[in-house]
Amino acid sequence: MPEIPAIDELTVTLAHYLVVSGLVFGIGVVVALAKRNAIAVLMGIELMLNAANLTILAFSRFSSAFAPGEEPLSGHAFVVFVLTVAAAEAAVALALAVLVYRRRETVDLDRVNLLRW
Amino acid sequence: MDSTGIVIGFWVLSGLSVGSALMVLLARNLMHSLVFVVVTFLSMAGLFVTLSADFIAVAQILIYAGSISVLMVFAVMLTPLASRDNGNSIYMLPGLLGGLGIAALVGFVAIDTDWAERTGEGLAATDFPGTVNAIGDLLLGRYVLAFEIASVMLLFALLGAILLVQERSSTRGDEGGEG
Repeated sequence: MPEIPAIDELTVTLAHYLVVSGLVFGIGVVVALAKRNAIAVLMGIELMLNAANLTILAFSRFSSAFAPGEEPLSGHAFVVFVLTVAAAEAAVALALAVLVYRRRETVDLDRVNLLRW
Repeated sequence: MDSTGIVIGFWVLSGLSVGSALMVLLARNLMHSLVFVVVTFLSMAGLFVTLSADFIAVAQILIYAGSISVLMVFAVMLTPLASRDNGNSIYMLPGLLGGLGIAALVGFVAIDTDWAERTGEGLAATDFPGTVNAIGDLLLGRYVLAFEIASVMLLFALLGAILLVQERSSTRGDEGGEG
């Protein structure tokens, strides 16, 4: 039974959540920059928004700026707005992808280069 | 944050979210990476639960895992002739450098900084009894202007999306009958 006390001694701190959200954000950056398909790029952007939400909620949970019971939970309200903007952005971006596909028969971002200098 | 369930839940869910986010990058098929992005959203919702954010977790499941993933499936299905191979662009190397740099920077700052956070007993004393009431008070109180602007923005995003994908067959005869 040496396992259970070992788990009991572990704690989860703010830094754990920040490292996880940093990793997910970095993966989102790579996906958004390195994928050819426009929909895959959108997936990367959603991953980045999700990582930002995790950071905001972790700070809201661990913050010691307010006395116990008096946290105004502003972080949660910010996350609600981030979710709203993400939903609107996904709707417009996917409509744009469908529109580009209708004109060009592709959503490959290397080949949609009409505005390249 | 030191009860056994939360510790186990945190490690399992964070491993799941980071691993499936990596699989979004590595999957060879676009539909597979779409499934992995949904797994990432769901495990993120689990992480929100470990942070006592019950309302946000449910909203995450409804909005991300429910509607945004369905929108993505629709977009993939409406572009049938586009490539499905989830290939990489010419920006793979700068993307990798940028992503690794950001992750390393955030990780280093997160570990190295003294956040003066609540731990142990002090953290347990601040357990939220439930966040829905407080969020409702904030949205219709302090942040009511942002709330209204967000609702107007959602309306215009919806109108814009409909306007963009609308077939204008009377003005554009050369557009064909795709979709």
